[in-house]
Amino acid sequence: MADNAAPLTANAVEIDNVVKRYGFVTALHGVSMQIGDGEFFTLLGPSGCGKTTLLRCIAGFEDVSEGAIRLHGQDIAPLPPHKREVNTVFQQYALFPHMTVSQNTSFGLLRLGWSAADAEARAKQVLDLVQLGQFAERRPGQLSGGQQQRVALARALAPRPKVLLLDEPLSALDLKLRQAVRSELKAIQRETGIAFVFVTHDQEEALTMSDRIAVMSAGHVQQIGTPREIYEAPSNRFVADFIGETNLLDVTVSRVADGAAEILLPGGARLSCPAALGARVGQGHLSLRPERLGITISGQGQLQATVEDHVYLGTDTQLHMRLGSGEALVVRLQNGAGAIPERGARLGLEIEAGAARLLSD
Amino acid sequence: MAGGAPGGASKSEIYKGNGPKLLLPAWLFIGVFLVMPVAIMAIYSFLTKEFRGGVIWEFTLAAYDQFFLDRGLFGDEPPSIEWTYIGIFWRSIWQAGLATVLCLLIGFPTAWFIATRDVKARSVWLFLITVPYWVNLLIRTVSMKFLIRDTGPLNEFLLALGVIDTPLALVNTNFAVQLGLFYSYLPFMVLPIYAAVERYDFSMSEAAADLYASSWATLRLVILPVVKPGIVAGCILVFVPSLGAFLAPDLLGGAKTFMIGSLIEEQFKGAAGNWPFGAAASMILLTIVMGVLLVHARAQTKGER
Amino acid sequence: MAKPVDLRRFTGFRAITWLCLFVLYAPLVIVAIYSFNDSTSITRWGGFSLKWYVDVFTGPEAPKFRDAAINSFTIAIGAAICATLIATAAAVAMNRAGRFRGKTASLALINLPLMVPEIVTAVASLVFFITIGFKTGLLTIFLAHIVFCIPFAYLPISARMQSVPDMYEQAAMDLYATPWEAFRLVLLPLMVPGILSGFLLAFIISLDDFLITNFVKGAGVETLPTAIFGSVKQGIKPNIMAISTLLLGVSVVFVTLSWIIGRAGQTKR
Repeated sequence: MADNAAPLTANAVEIDNVVKRYGFVTALHGVSMQIGDGEFFTLLGPSGCGKTTLLRCIAGFEDVSEGAIRLHGQDIAPLPPHKREVNTVFQQYALFPHMTVSQNTSFGLLRLGWSAADAEARAKQVLDLVQLGQFAERRPGQLSGGQQQRVALARALAPRPKVLLLDEPLSALDLKLRQAVRSELKAIQRETGIAFVFVTHDQEEALTMSDRIAVMSAGHVQQIGTPREIYEAPSNRFVADFIGETNLLDVTVSRVADGAAEILLPGGARLSCPAALGARVGQGHLSLRPERLGITISGQGQLQATVEDHVYLGTDTQLHMRLGSGEALVVRLQNGAGAIPERGARLGLEIEAGAARLLSD
Repeated sequence: MAGGAPGGASKSEIYKGNGPKLLLPAWLFIGVFLVMPVAIMAIYSFLTKEFRGGVIWEFTLAAYDQFFLDRGLFGDEPPSIEWTYIGIFWRSIWQAGLATVLCLLIGFPTAWFIATRDVKARSVWLFLITVPYWVNLLIRTVSMKFLIRDTGPLNEFLLALGVIDTPLALVNTNFAVQLGLFYSYLPFMVLPIYAAVERYDFSMSEAAADLYASSWATLRLVILPVVKPGIVAGCILVFVPSLGAFLAPDLLGGAKTFMIGSLIEEQFKGAAGNWPFGAAASMILLTIVMGVLLVHARAQTKGER
Repeated sequence: MAKPVDLRRFTGFRAITWLCLFVLYAPLVIVAIYSFNDSTSITRWGGFSLKWYVDVFTGPEAPKFRDAAINSFTIAIGAAICATLIATAAAVAMNRAGRFRGKTASLALINLPLMVPEIVTAVASLVFFITIGFKTGLLTIFLAHIVFCIPFAYLPISARMQSVPDMYEQAAMDLYATPWEAFRLVLLPLMVPGILSGFLLAFIISLDDFLITNFVKGAGVETLPTAIFGSVKQGIKPNIMAISTLLLGVSVVFVTLSWIIGRAGQTKR
């Protein structure tokens, strides 16, 4: 399996219309994506969306029902897990409890036929990379959760896989540690230049670490893009709602052209805003990010609403408002800027640039 | 007899496709050295007896006829029900049932008490209960016989205390057999109930107490229903081996306390044996035991749904 | 203020537990004590002595019991090893090979020796060996013992395998281990406590067996239980009490061993 045997492509992994069925249940409905070499690629979605199934298909623990998975251009469907040049960081780490950290790390190398001395040297090198060199002779059980996580990473990196698969590797860590490990993981990815396929349900994790994100739901890919694209230009209601916080309004669309739309808002005001690919004239859904709505005195702004409740959140305050047409709406105001409107106050709302986006469904 | 619950299926597929291959030795051994012998017994129960042990290959229902029907000394009277063997079975069932009840009466409180100790004490208690479970049954039965003999330590002790004037004749009585069965299988009752009580969530007792249940009402209405699977498992583990027990009735009992085990054994030992009749008695015992286990398995799968 | 009620406590349960222990241990303790009796009469206490232990090893019946003991331990070790191997393979099939035809039936089959009454197994084995013309002796005892040891070995092994998540083997295979290497280098070492308890349980069950052995042993071949039974039929003699106490000691050693192994297995994880 020498590298030059496969045709050189820029893609580390190509997932081509993969379908996975378990009996009558379909976990993946024709999923396609390309993961570039050296890319930090995240599969993001709620539990049960198929992201872990896809990861296990790449690793070889599940066989695909239809479609193909190619690793550097080579179809890996017929290969069992131990013949695929991908390695996995498991959610619960799966460190072998009866082996030392060093034995864990050199395990894959020895299976590949490395000499004991070479394997040990490489293991030491990777353990130093994750700053665990001094723990080489400990057992996994003697390490903290964060240290175990890093051993799992070192073990998977040691054989220099073409792609590293990470199955929610941070979910077992507590919040503070999770945040610290994020930047560390990203730095290691840059340093090694290996493509990472990272599975998570945590949008903050996905947004902060990824080069690109594939948002998945119910076995379908909803959108693939950079974190900025995903957040600022969601293509449909699922993505807009799942990433960050948003208001979804029923609106009437009068014109769509060149990625922009003319819209009639509830209350009668007109608005032109960016539109997602596939948005159509007629009834549609508008996404309004709550932090990009400004309050004005009543009568001004594109929307008119009444304050029903406010929730203090530390850095900002959430206003729960109701439009004249009866729809609920949330607005976030930064604290300290001025007085918070009273319950029952009637206000105007101004839609700032980038706040609104017409969705495709 | 554990119903296979701990050996239940798991979904892992690491060695997919190798299942039948890996099971081959187990199938081979149990198939050849248990299933086939039992099948042969089933066939033999329908064959004609050879007087010096063994069978003649001629189909007959004589063995079952002899078991259930009385046709007089020369076999020419109109058949009436033969009570001898049914009586032996009935006595066995009765003895096994009584042993089960006694084991439950002692075993449940014991299991409960152990399961409610703190972790350290619990493991010591459990150890103490487990030791007799691992001690050779023959040795335990012989020990019991030694203890209750006419001139044994129990009688000596009671005589010395002046509670009795003449030694109690305990050996060769139904009581001795019962004592032997109870003593043999008591640990079998304690361990499964202990496992069930250990899993019992004591906040349920607190909830019951909060809703005005006395502690005995809690026991009856909450605890017993919840730990019932453990109790049923314990009862089966005591009842089934008691039913076919051989050592306790043989060593502690006499001719009057004959049980199924000895009845079957007699048919295969020595020249007086009757293989088809012994085979028939074995099949009847097997049917009873399988019936009990089947009812239990049914109830268990129903409970799981 | 009223004293808070301990909901775990029931009046009388402690007393019953002590009674239970008393019932379980009294006969064994008494026999152990009387095995040190100096008197030839088994009931009169004639002072402490080891003479019956000496008798067991050097007395007129010593060769008989020595041969029986050798038979017993040889068969127990052999049968336990075979049963452990068979049960381990079966446990892998039941816990790691996904779904396949005959899986449920296989589980029933493995547990069958526990379900068939021992007396039935005993006579059926005898009839079987006679029918196929297999001469009864050490080999028939050995074969019969393997069969009823399988479920006892299977229970702890399978339970342990269930408690070892298969992610370890998946990780091994992800790291280029073949299925056999994943089994040998990862699953097997993690299974050691289960396999050891399975082996110990099978060993003690084989060592204990009287009934089946008694039917398939053939003339002149004895194991310890059959030799003791034969001797007891003529009355309980002090040397039997000494042997019983020795066997009791073996059992206690084994429970303790399996206890320690079980604990080691728990703390490791």
